[in-house]
Amino acid sequence: MTDTRAIALIAAAAIVTALIRFLPFLLLGGRRKTPEYITYLGKVLPYAIMGMLVVYCLRGVTPLVWPHGLPELLAVAAVAGLHLWRRNTLLSIAGGTVCYMVLIQFIFK
Amino acid sequence: MNRNLLKQVVIKTIPVMTGYVVLGFGFGILSENAGYGFWWVLAMSVFIYAGSMQYLMVSLLTSGASVISTALATLMVNARHLFYGISMIDRYKGAGAKKPYLIFALTDETYSLVCHGDTPEGVNPHLYYFLVSLFNQIYWIIGSLLGAVVGSAVTFNSAGIDFAMTALFVTVFVEQWLTAKNHIPAVAGVCITVICLVIFGGDLFLIPSMILILAALSLGRPVFERKESGGGAAAELPDASGLPEQSAAYDTRERSSRHD
Repeated sequence: MTDTRAIALIAAAAIVTALIRFLPFLLLGGRRKTPEYITYLGKVLPYAIMGMLVVYCLRGVTPLVWPHGLPELLAVAAVAGLHLWRRNTLLSIAGGTVCYMVLIQFIFK
Repeated sequence: MNRNLLKQVVIKTIPVMTGYVVLGFGFGILSENAGYGFWWVLAMSVFIYAGSMQYLMVSLLTSGASVISTALATLMVNARHLFYGISMIDRYKGAGAKKPYLIFALTDETYSLVCHGDTPEGVNPHLYYFLVSLFNQIYWIIGSLLGAVVGSAVTFNSAGIDFAMTALFVTVFVEQWLTAKNHIPAVAGVCITVICLVIFGGDLFLIPSMILILAALSLGRPVFERKESGGGAAAELPDASGLPEQSAAYDTRERSSRHD
């Protein structure tokens, strides 16, 4: 691929990404008063989106094939458990990640 | 702006720092190995600034994809960002000159830090959001450039370290669960996405999931509004934007922010 072509592809990805991010603000952000429906969505969407993002991150899991998503399941449980216990974001993330690395590198090889 | 605020921003963004340096590093190695080194990595991390899209970008570049298919792939992979905008419209209102960058830099990870709307007391929320967004992008750029420059020299087995990002979202999910009075939106988000993943498969499930989540939340509105989905910080925020830019008040929050 020529450099010009590569630049064109990167520009396309950058422009489309920015358009997606700006679109809601362009369509709805201009009004002085945000429609109540959008305010409502702003309140409930974060909960639903975080659930969606967790599933999105785990989309590569194969429950029907070994290791049946066990490393992910155990590591997610570790993160949630740590967080319920200490409610310390850093501890939950670091603990869960180390747990996952040990699981996939040594136990579920 | 002062040191105290910067310190709070750093503490708040450490989880993303960890995740972004690691994931950016992975992207840098991948891109460098595919023949797109330092300057290409820098350009992509500055201008595209979307993690999973940049990983995909490397394969698009090496497979000789067309501009149209690149644009379509971007649309599919990043459509979820539409949701972030919808839920940040009120909170980013009145951000002035910072607003374009706030919107441009609204990645999954930045969204997970700004969506609850909890800002340190006495700090202009828009300044705080701006610094969180900016720091996160800087972490991403540094991580990806490190990957491009020293990636091949690393011998430590880092398999699985990218789980840091999943862990961040799980943490935010649990945190929201603890603060919300109404758990139906969270449960709906998980269940609908899982069902769509099973039906549509790993490449196509996001857009149907988004449509169904939107439909479910819209249909449930009369019920949810009566229940007042607690913890939704959007309701508390509008007044906060009038706060002075600097104040000693946020000193008291310094310690508690670790547990945020």
